[in-house]
Amino acid sequence: MKNIRFLIIGLLFGIILSKSEVVSWYRIYEMFKFQSFHMYGIIGSAIFISIILMQLFKKGTIKNVDGNQITVKEKKKGIVRTLLGGIIFGLGWALSGICAGPIFVLLGHGSLPILVVLLGAILGAFLYGLISKKLPH
Amino acid sequence: MEFITQAWPWYVSGPSIAFILFLVFYYGKNFGVSTNLETFCTIGGAGKFSDYFKTDWKERKWSLFFVAGIVLGGFISHQFLMPSEAIALNPETIKELNQLGFEQAGKSYLPAEIFSLEQLGTVKGFLILLVSGILVGFGSRYAGGCTSGHTITGISSFQKPSMLATIGFFVGGLLMVWFLIPLIF
Repeated sequence: MKNIRFLIIGLLFGIILSKSEVVSWYRIYEMFKFQSFHMYGIIGSAIFISIILMQLFKKGTIKNVDGNQITVKEKKKGIVRTLLGGIIFGLGWALSGICAGPIFVLLGHGSLPILVVLLGAILGAFLYGLISKKLPH
Repeated sequence: MEFITQAWPWYVSGPSIAFILFLVFYYGKNFGVSTNLETFCTIGGAGKFSDYFKTDWKERKWSLFFVAGIVLGGFISHQFLMPSEAIALNPETIKELNQLGFEQAGKSYLPAEIFSLEQLGTVKGFLILLVSGILVGFGSRYAGGCTSGHTITGISSFQKPSMLATIGFFVGGLLMVWFLIPLIF
């Protein structure tokens, strides 16, 4: 089962997100209040190292497990969708302190109210799929 | 052992996240979490309501394993790796939050004012959780990604949509924390 490796990678990711406290509502609040370097340090250093990785992928210095070039999927373009969608996401992120990954981390922490957030998030994705053709992108 | 049990500083956490990104790409996939929300809809039969969901979710099966792993990682952390609930917040943040009515700021991992069963049982508490989820789910799909897909993967590969989306994440977050949260709580 090749997919087991992703279970293990996810498991590591869940531990990292827990130990770094990025799944804590308080840390998100503190970040948006500019009262701590913690979150900026995490996001900044993750991006910094990823930039180096991306360059090594592009140059072919690092190849994937099958020995092929690693490519990054192009993100969908559109100023309205990214900005407006981003703002909507940001409102939700700061309200409960949770973005997509942390929903699953906190589910693992055994917090029952998170089930409601997960339900909401699935509902939100469903709503987007329903009306996406009518939205400006 | 102490290193494992105490909270990790940013310079350990950030590079560890980059290492996860590396592993996902090394094994031939793209790093991101929010697409799974769509996958759940597809599996649940949302294709009956919109063609948007008529996708082959089996191609994204790996990601369901990834998400299951995240839940497991959260469980293991909570059970074995987190002896203390305390968070070393800025004393200024703690003071502000106390004034807003968050009594356990700095002492608990999650605020009981949002994540307790008591709150879940009230209309307001339930709506806060549900609406926040809807905003995250809707917004991430509209924007085409979340913090992992846009802010980490997209920005590090110099993609313009990801920079715009991340600006949006911050505009929304700042609006919520500076203007709406004082009204809500």
